[in-house]
Amino acid sequence: MPKNSRAVRRLVPYFMLSPSYLFIGALMLVPLLMAILYSTQYYMIFEPFNRAFIGLGNYLNIFKDPVFWLAVKNTLVWTFSSLVLQFTLGMILALLLNAGPFFGKPLYQALVFLPWAVPGFLIGMTWKWMFNAQFGVINDLLIRAQIISQPIGFLSMPSTALLSVVLANVWFGVPFFAITLLAGLQAIPYELYEAGNIEGASSTRLFWHVTLPLLKPTMIVSTLLRVIWIANFPDLIYIMTEGGPADTSQTLSTYIFLTGYKSLNIGYSAGLSVVLFLALVVFAVAFIKLTGFGREEA
Amino acid sequence: MIQRRSIRQRLGRALGLLFFLCFALFPLYWMVLTSFKPDRELFSEQVNYWPVHPTFQHYVDVLQRTAFGVYLRNSLAAASAAALVVLIIAIFGGYALARFKFRGRQMSLMALLATQMFPGVVLVAPLYLLFSKFHLLNTLLGLILIYITLNIPFAVFLMRGYFADVPVELEEAAYIDGCNRIEAIWRIVVPALWPGIVATIVFVFVAAWSEMVFAVMFINDEGLKTIPVGLIMFVSKFNVSWGMMMAATTMALVPIAVLFGYIQRYLVQGLTMGAVKG
Repeated sequence: MPKNSRAVRRLVPYFMLSPSYLFIGALMLVPLLMAILYSTQYYMIFEPFNRAFIGLGNYLNIFKDPVFWLAVKNTLVWTFSSLVLQFTLGMILALLLNAGPFFGKPLYQALVFLPWAVPGFLIGMTWKWMFNAQFGVINDLLIRAQIISQPIGFLSMPSTALLSVVLANVWFGVPFFAITLLAGLQAIPYELYEAGNIEGASSTRLFWHVTLPLLKPTMIVSTLLRVIWIANFPDLIYIMTEGGPADTSQTLSTYIFLTGYKSLNIGYSAGLSVVLFLALVVFAVAFIKLTGFGREEA
Repeated sequence: MIQRRSIRQRLGRALGLLFFLCFALFPLYWMVLTSFKPDRELFSEQVNYWPVHPTFQHYVDVLQRTAFGVYLRNSLAAASAAALVVLIIAIFGGYALARFKFRGRQMSLMALLATQMFPGVVLVAPLYLLFSKFHLLNTLLGLILIYITLNIPFAVFLMRGYFADVPVELEEAAYIDGCNRIEAIWRIVVPALWPGIVATIVFVFVAAWSEMVFAVMFINDEGLKTIPVGLIMFVSKFNVSWGMMMAATTMALVPIAVLFGYIQRYLVQGLTMGAVKG
């Protein structure tokens, strides 16, 4: 080790981490505190002199706002249905990939994981075109398969708008789960399966009693991060429907974005974002408690 | 698992793999195919599933009639600047967390993980006001600062994992040869984890390239728009020319798809540590 005085050596790690702390503190922590402050104020961008402390006024308005409650419901539908489909398909893909080598596997993986690299706004644009009511390929495929007889305006109908965006989000998210779960599967010692085989356990039993328990930490972490990430992902919805028609695909993240961007109501938008933030913190804590995550490692 | 499998099991697996391949590739195929279809084919009742009259017209239109070149340049500048700065910050941060035992180490790790759960939209309004005070609104520098901050936590986690894999002995040999710590990191350790460095750069680059919310909120000048901002304006300006849209989309996607395909296996190492966003 280099010869420095002990006192200086003790400071080295802090010095090395200081740029990270500086950026996170100045551009994440300070804005978070500012958001909490603004949420207690009447604050419109174009009326800077009318700014005033109104206590819980924004929150009271939020809880009286029917669009807010619709957005809460939509956020739950959007997050939960995206998650379940992404997880299930990602798990199946990971198991298929983990079942041994095949010709061209590296290329196959590179291609099948490709959606993960596609930026949200590009996904939104491509799927918006595929869902097009007149010339879209999805309508054409469904008509050819004789599932529907007339083209459907998937993104302009209240009953299908949110589900259509969910489908695009599923396409995007399957590789994430496949990659993380595959990494978890590959970490399971092969001897455990051998031992199970000798004892005559069926592959179904092995899956439930060996694979799943050992995969649990990976499943918990990836699910937790994914839920938070999906709930905070306005890009697809903004591009494909702008939350419409009539707010039927409006989620909290798009609503915060649009109230900030279009109506420039800082106080209200900040109040909404604090509500979303607190909801996610509560969710994360409850999820960690319920799944017992961290206990087996400790 | 290597087991003998019945023909039926193998066929089932092959069909499953085929399904996922088609599901993953069809939208991308459709995007590229659309970009090569002439307008009269795009807006007809007859939908073709392969190129019948391929044309480069949409690409020519995008490059000649729009400022796509400017958007491309801005995205490239913002993403590379963010990637380089984050890399340097993450090398030191990751090294500190991998090699030192110090008070607050565990808390630093927890804090970095906690930032991964942070809703980005919470930052939009406060950063807008903060940036307008410091004249950073409507500048690429402002965007770059945001992209640096958003990507530091994951990049530090990645680098910490890669450093932990480099044997300490390698470093100690450098100290015996008379290097100080900074020299040892730059000359010995960093070259040893080259794949990890490439993975970190590409990850940040792709994340910055993909970012839409802050870019749309903070950038107004035509000359400063990044690709997402520019493309969103396309929709209103060109009355939804889907051929042009898909040509622009293809051009925006190809560079990062190539990069991503290249680093994907290095990223898996970082992902197994369970600290990931996106």
